[in-house]
Amino acid sequence: MTGLNYADIGDVVPIVTGERRVVADAYAPDDVRIGKLDRRQFLKLTGLVGGGLMLTFGTPKALAKGAVLQPNGYVKIDATGIVLYAKNPEIGQGVKTSLPMIIAEELDAAWDDVQVVQSPIDRETYGWQMAGGSTSIPGNWDPLRRAGAAARSMLVEAAAKRWGVEATSLSTRDSHVVHAASGRKLAYTELAAGAAAMDVPNPQSLTLKKRDQFRLIGKRITGVDNDALVRGEPLFGIDQMLPGMKYAVYQKCPAIGGKVASANLDAIKAMPGVHDAFVLEGNGNAMELLPGVAIVADNTFSAIQAKRALKVEWDESDASKDSWTHAKAEAERLRKESGPQVVNTGDVDAAFASSAKQASGFYTYHFVSHATLEPQNCTAWFKDGALELWAPTQTPAQGIGSAAKVVGVSPSKVTLHQLRCGGGFGRRLYNDFTCEAAAITKRAGVPIKLQWTREDDMAYDLYRAGGFHQMDGAVDENGKVTGWRDRFITFTNDGRRPVSGGGLGRGVFPAGLVDNVRLEQTALPWMNRCGAWRAPGSNVFAFVFQSFLDELAHAAGRDSLDVLLEVFGEPRQMGPRGMHTGRAAGVVKLAAKEAGWGRELADGRGMGIAFYYSHAGHIAEVAEVSVSDQKQVRVHKVTVAADVGPIVNLSGAENQMQGSVVDGLSTMTGLSVTFENGRVEQSNFDRYPMLRMPSTPEVAVHFVDSDYPPTGLGEPALPPLAPAVCNAIFAASGHRIRTLPISEEGFSLA
Amino acid sequence: MDLKVNGELRNLGEIDPRTPLLWVLRDELGLVGTKFGCGISQCGACTVLVGGQPVKSCSYPVSTVANAEVTTVEGLARSDGELNAVQQAWVDLDVAQCGYCQAGQIMAAEALLRANPNPGDDDIDQAMAPNLCRCGTYIRIREAVKVAAATRRSAAEASDAAE
Repeated sequence: MTGLNYADIGDVVPIVTGERRVVADAYAPDDVRIGKLDRRQFLKLTGLVGGGLMLTFGTPKALAKGAVLQPNGYVKIDATGIVLYAKNPEIGQGVKTSLPMIIAEELDAAWDDVQVVQSPIDRETYGWQMAGGSTSIPGNWDPLRRAGAAARSMLVEAAAKRWGVEATSLSTRDSHVVHAASGRKLAYTELAAGAAAMDVPNPQSLTLKKRDQFRLIGKRITGVDNDALVRGEPLFGIDQMLPGMKYAVYQKCPAIGGKVASANLDAIKAMPGVHDAFVLEGNGNAMELLPGVAIVADNTFSAIQAKRALKVEWDESDASKDSWTHAKAEAERLRKESGPQVVNTGDVDAAFASSAKQASGFYTYHFVSHATLEPQNCTAWFKDGALELWAPTQTPAQGIGSAAKVVGVSPSKVTLHQLRCGGGFGRRLYNDFTCEAAAITKRAGVPIKLQWTREDDMAYDLYRAGGFHQMDGAVDENGKVTGWRDRFITFTNDGRRPVSGGGLGRGVFPAGLVDNVRLEQTALPWMNRCGAWRAPGSNVFAFVFQSFLDELAHAAGRDSLDVLLEVFGEPRQMGPRGMHTGRAAGVVKLAAKEAGWGRELADGRGMGIAFYYSHAGHIAEVAEVSVSDQKQVRVHKVTVAADVGPIVNLSGAENQMQGSVVDGLSTMTGLSVTFENGRVEQSNFDRYPMLRMPSTPEVAVHFVDSDYPPTGLGEPALPPLAPAVCNAIFAASGHRIRTLPISEEGFSLA
Repeated sequence: MDLKVNGELRNLGEIDPRTPLLWVLRDELGLVGTKFGCGISQCGACTVLVGGQPVKSCSYPVSTVANAEVTTVEGLARSDGELNAVQQAWVDLDVAQCGYCQAGQIMAAEALLRANPNPGDDDIDQAMAPNLCRCGTYIRIREAVKVAAATRRSAAEASDAAE
């Protein structure tokens, strides 16, 4: 290991990305040790003191006086219209639409009357502002309802005063207060000035709607940016332009940890269109500023041309030597040796000794990249001791803190404008690109737009780590799963704990469900940065666990659906943040019924089922596939059943489910990042073949009508896809897939 | 040199003729609706029409455009602001998730419908295959192309009837 500091990988980020949720929800029925750690980490990230997942209500005072009603940071009404503020980054998960819908519902504003504006980054007003861990909906549901209800209540008070009637005699609908007895009615815009003079009510005193009173929540609402999107308006980070702005690129060592020994800076500076070129030393934090050469040019093309002509002598004495080949060999060796135990419940050895049947399998999955379609970029301007950033980031507050450190100013001197992100998937939880832009504008003395090329993006990602699992299982004479052993070989960046999404916990499936479970975990040292990738942990563990459960069902000669339902057992809540076995069984039964589980299929066709609980979402999926003799897989249909509480925006929710299925299928079929001599071997999409339209299956989505509190949908529909498809491939062909991507086993997608 | 973009003649001044059309549009003309994804014609985020044909502007030197007309996503709506059939279908069906690829998708769909007013599923799949959507909105894109095709056909019938 070198002097690189990976603190932020382990200490700060996993918590907000879903590992917190994974740890707290999927892993741990009630894991106190991890829970405490997570809370500390969460506070470190957000800087909230005494906070938690529930954000504060904003400032409970009128923010603006006079003719503007602005009782909190979320609602602003004046004579000209109604503005609702969207607090969290939009990365494609739809929160710029769904969060304001929650406010509008309780405000009783007609959606067509509402203008949605992205809010500034302001901790005092908005608390925690980030996109990750599928937390936006569950974390903001109650506060946003109360924010809307507070404004509504003040408008009603103003109307009551104006008409001299009791507030209780009034009702609201479609941005109007109505006095039914007299037939009078006033628009919110007409009442705003009067309402602004009212006291802001205590949010906890407000009466919220019952579910059957919802008029907006649950409807299909098109995204608030869609009109601007289809016109090509500059919504994204990459679209920003400033007066006098230059275009920057930044070349880092192909093997992480390498430093600049020398570079042909004079030749680069002499190139046409090049404004400046210089070396940055880096700040020792792998998550912030790695060493490299910055080139500042008049336009992107000149910058990229100069980057191609750049010749750097790298000092690789401390650089990464990571090798996937070596890691695989190590895993082969380690799978035969017992490792440190993370979980050991019941008597695993006795369960195996008394078993009627056993199964074993060695599972492998490769590293993958986030590959957001918008390459990382940031526009930055350091002027008069202050820094202004236009950044597509999932964690704006962390971006401010890191950039402030890099340029040596107080965070109060940093302004960050949050912009629509061209994909997130966890990549933009990390603000390395923001730090680079900050350092470059300060040194260059001009506003700059830092543009990563696709090659940069593939080479300097925070990869979803690969992993290896030696699985062994036992069933008794009744075909019941009685013993489960997972010898897990994972990776560590800091030498202390597994990378984000690469650690097993006490509540991981099937702990608490199967009587005798032993989980062992050994971490291989790894220098290339690893990070949270959509549904961290769950996105790979689901493949291994739900495939292996299917193996055990077949070993016992039983139907996989029956075994899955038997494992859930009686309906019960598994700890405060854990899964509910009744909801789990509910979605499994629903998916099976809708897919026609058990019906006769043609030769070469098969169905597979899988369930996973992550990010508080209970999701089951059934895949129907056919497999040719040439190992070509056609996925005909995926049936998804989800229990995530009430749906806020039906259109957005369905889109997330379909997208998760496509993303899951894309990743499991052909995507792999490999490393040799510390370098990533894939440099662009020609060697990272994401799924295209012709391979896209039909996806049927079914939501359980549920009274539980609503939870997020950005992530939990992805994990069950790979095992559902792999189980279907087995049913169709008799071939058990134990490696992702399946191209490693000779399979391809038709 | 000059470039005809969305019906307007734009002067580019002194420009390296090797500059990809993508960067001319984005950096020189401020038409940032066309997106950079990969730089090697793999993702289609940079798709624009040159002489009505879809091209990957990231790998298309500006010097080769010659006298052809370039159409970008900014040039699709009517001059009064009304969205065209493809754009409207994208809004009505709420196609986008992150939305980054969608300008390229819309241009590819526009090119398809100009060439084939009534495409079947296979036609759509083949025409749209060069365009990646990392969020996986293909199901809605496919549907939106069909909706846009129907809108265009009924508009064409209405205008035929009027004549």
